[in-house]
Amino acid sequence: MMKSKADEEDYWNSSKFKAFTFDDEDDEFSTLKESKRTVNSIRCLVEEDDDKEEVEKVSWNGEPVSSNSWSVSETAASNQRAEREPAFPKINTVTISKSHSGYSLSSLRSLSGSSVLMMSSCCDQDYVSDWSPEETVHRMQQGKVVSLEKFRSLQDKLLLLDSCVAAHDGNVITAVLIYLKRTLSKEVLFRELEPRQTALSHLIHYLTETRDQRLLLELLRALGRTEDVAVRTTHQQYTVLVLNLPFSPEDSSHVQDHYTLMERQVIIETTDRRAERGEKVERALILNMPLITTLSYCCLYHYSESEGTFSSPLNIRQTFKISEKQFFVTALGARAKLKAWSDVDALFTSRNWLGFTRKKSPLGFQRVVDILQKNSAPTQVLQDYVALVDDAELRITLAQKHKCHDIVINTYRDLKDRQQLLGYRGKVERGSGEERKIDELLNNLQIRWKN
Amino acid sequence: NARRWNCPELPDFSLLKRLARDRLIYLLEQLPGKKDLFIEADLMSSLDRIANVSTLKQHEVDKLYKVEYRPVVSTSDQLCFLIRPRIQTVKWICGESINVANADKAVGRLRKYHIIFTPQKFFACEAVLEEQGIFGDVTTDEWSFYLLPLDDDVISLELPEFFRDNFLAGDQRWVRTAGSALHLLHTLYGPFSKVYGIGRFSKMAYESWREQVEEGEQRARQAEIGTVFLIDRDVDYVTPLCSQVVYEGLVDDIFRIKCGCVEFGTEVTSDKSLKVMLNSQDKVFNEIRNEHFSNVFGLLSQKARNLQTAYDKRRGMDIKQMKTFVSDELKGLKQEHRLLSLHISASESIMKKKTQQDFQELLKTEHSLLEGFEIRESICFLEEHIIRQVNMMESLRLLCLLSITENGLLPKDYRSLKAHFLQSYGAEHLLTFSNLRQLGLLVEQPAGETLTVMESRVGKLVNDKTAGKLTGAFSSLAKKSNFRALSRKLNLVPKSDEEYDLRVPRDMAYIFSGAYVPLSCKLVEQVLERDGWTGLEEVTKLLNGQEFAVTGSIGADSSTKSDAQRIVIVVFLGGCTFSEISALRFLGREKGYKFIVVTTAITNSSRLIESLLGNIA
Repeated sequence: MMKSKADEEDYWNSSKFKAFTFDDEDDEFSTLKESKRTVNSIRCLVEEDDDKEEVEKVSWNGEPVSSNSWSVSETAASNQRAEREPAFPKINTVTISKSHSGYSLSSLRSLSGSSVLMMSSCCDQDYVSDWSPEETVHRMQQGKVVSLEKFRSLQDKLLLLDSCVAAHDGNVITAVLIYLKRTLSKEVLFRELEPRQTALSHLIHYLTETRDQRLLLELLRALGRTEDVAVRTTHQQYTVLVLNLPFSPEDSSHVQDHYTLMERQVIIETTDRRAERGEKVERALILNMPLITTLSYCCLYHYSESEGTFSSPLNIRQTFKISEKQFFVTALGARAKLKAWSDVDALFTSRNWLGFTRKKSPLGFQRVVDILQKNSAPTQVLQDYVALVDDAELRITLAQKHKCHDIVINTYRDLKDRQQLLGYRGKVERGSGEERKIDELLNNLQIRWKN
Repeated sequence: NARRWNCPELPDFSLLKRLARDRLIYLLEQLPGKKDLFIEADLMSSLDRIANVSTLKQHEVDKLYKVEYRPVVSTSDQLCFLIRPRIQTVKWICGESINVANADKAVGRLRKYHIIFTPQKFFACEAVLEEQGIFGDVTTDEWSFYLLPLDDDVISLELPEFFRDNFLAGDQRWVRTAGSALHLLHTLYGPFSKVYGIGRFSKMAYESWREQVEEGEQRARQAEIGTVFLIDRDVDYVTPLCSQVVYEGLVDDIFRIKCGCVEFGTEVTSDKSLKVMLNSQDKVFNEIRNEHFSNVFGLLSQKARNLQTAYDKRRGMDIKQMKTFVSDELKGLKQEHRLLSLHISASESIMKKKTQQDFQELLKTEHSLLEGFEIRESICFLEEHIIRQVNMMESLRLLCLLSITENGLLPKDYRSLKAHFLQSYGAEHLLTFSNLRQLGLLVEQPAGETLTVMESRVGKLVNDKTAGKLTGAFSSLAKKSNFRALSRKLNLVPKSDEEYDLRVPRDMAYIFSGAYVPLSCKLVEQVLERDGWTGLEEVTKLLNGQEFAVTGSIGADSSTKSDAQRIVIVVFLGGCTFSEISALRFLGREKGYKFIVVTTAITNSSRLIESLLGNIA
């Protein structure tokens, strides 16, 4: 179980605890070491004061230097480096934002409490095994050889981990995690990483990159991040197993649909392959294609099938609860591609209660024209739909673009715009029916032109 | 008064190339004898800018191969791999070396394997070598090639993965790299005296750099660059999500500029495709790169007329004059002629694509979103765009823009658009949505409850396992919710009723047809003007804080108050767009600065979104 926050702080802040007893070393030696550390820590405190003076020299416009110096490297640096005025001030890089980690503050505080104890003295440095966590991290950052083997107790390991997280060096964080993964049981590793979000992200990324799928999923499950597990598994093979994964309710219906679709695609494809033999043009494959692509396929090749078959567009519409607009757009595109203009026409036909038919569309007629034109519909077909565009100006623009002269002429007539009509006369072919029509209108004395 | 300042000279960045080249040669010389060199695909262009094939051959590189994760067919006794520190590549090398070694053993042969990681090696890669039992058999080295100058004022780390690794995966492996790159610039062109920044990774990179400065010796030298501004990409996602309409940005959006080089296909060149370097050396390009596209044709035809006049001088020349003309001018004129016709064709091709109805409508929607105007219509347009299965990347781009500018989508809209999207483009994009939500790029507004109520509830659940995650989601939401407020505070969206003359731009908004001043560049402008963040407290609060401004103790004296202070490095952590570079060039001309853009990679909306797609493992 996880240590509670308060416990942790208690642990690190109280001096009653000896932070580092090396089980395998004799007590005398470790006591000696500890006193040495204590002595060093006193020096650190003295130097810290000096540091403060220096920091005050530099001008600050951003946040002030944090007064509780929980950054380890500050003390570490002052200890090992020559007494030189820092060229640039240190800034607080620790995010207190909740998104980062709710626990980062406490873990860092624990770090600073102990760093004083951990400080090893300069003369001890020939013992490679005696680097403090900070020094170890520092050496690793410089690409120097270090041995992590001496970090055996859990506290040591975690201090090491926290030090490299504080140094913001992902390379070192991952290196330490690889070591922890090797030397800690999964349960302990996962438990300790839970409050350490930054380190956790690094492990997840490392496992993703090494394709260690099994451990990754175990980790996510242990953390209760079941939705992540589910989402990460989506792009893999669809099995019944995936369906049982704990997606959010919203996503799980998407996944359910997807599974149904895959089944459907297999059925359609097998049936069609059999029927297709002998056909000259090969149909595009639909396996693994999106739902709408599948629907479009069915609108191309199975349009008039009754709702009872798996490949009927109506059945697909029903099964996947495809919206009216979506169905309409897809069917329109598919039928236009086949130049089945009567089918296109039928899509718009609706009967009111008196039995009159009129053209209705869930999509703006401007968009309809666009779709038809992209499927190279002839002018005769286009003009029917251009005429239905509501906005007069837009209607004229579209009509001119698609050379639907009648519509342009009629619209100008309706707008009583003599000037425009006169201008348009120059754009139609000489001696054509359009020209004659324009002339008739211009000579019509009953129209009250506005200009 | 626009050009009243004498702009200071830019430092010579070719030094960076020379250093990288020398270092590479040194590394190759460490492997005496003939060797075959295997180069990671995405390193080839960068390598090309540093050392050409003949340089490599001079140092006994026999054959060059691209790393394609296929079996190695090489007869050489030394195989050298020049790669990025990626686990996948190292695994492949391990597999190959083991396979080859086994085959070699049968014929009693011994081959050397050597890996050069660039810009640095990672422990995780070495761990792979260790696990595979070939650590030590395969030797490794580092080519510390951090910075590639793409132009006089643009330097790239060529690390597009920086964005995904840092911002999505939360892996800080490149932080030190960024710090080292900054350190290199500091050593060669510094000492810097002022550093401003905003963003978590900017802070970390600053710290990493500062530590490296303290570790090393700083020689006293005259500073060539005095000021640095660091910015995280997630401070401003709106700018890279907008369609680019300045020439260089358009060329990048349509043809994709890679490492300062573009490949024009047959739609431009009419016979066969052509690779062209795009930088200030190209005199024609240099004049139009920062122009709004509507202005480009005019400039090109002006240039064409000038060229005609220059050619026409030949008439009436005597033999001697003709001779001087041919030897002095003709070559230059011909060169210009060639470039001119190339850019005219490119512009025509762009024109053809961009005058299509779809693009016009996309642009209109984009502007509505920026202005916060006719949002319902935009959502409706977006829905139709999705159900018609047109361009998936555009759909995602607009969804993200909608979400950022509108403080998340209403649950009803979010669910409906997501469902349509998955139906149209495939259910595997569940992971894409999950990624976008994690970055706060595409989120759903919490239903019915205000943010604060929700947050306090979550606060009570602190012991709950999911609490951390929930709070995370909320803070990212809160962070992104502020576009409108920011836009008002910084006046990012000029009033639409005013005429905007794109020929004579009055501010940086010209790069988006006068519709929007890029937030990233506006921050640079404001901070330089105020010499810090004072007075921008409300702005930084809306941006989630994380701003800093520091003054160094060396070089901060009055003597450097001169030119060096006016040379400003702007470091984009997570990528920067050509439009932003154009905006900064404009700002520099207006205010008498010279900006040098240092970026982890050049980005644009497609690259940004592609890196977040769920179908990449």
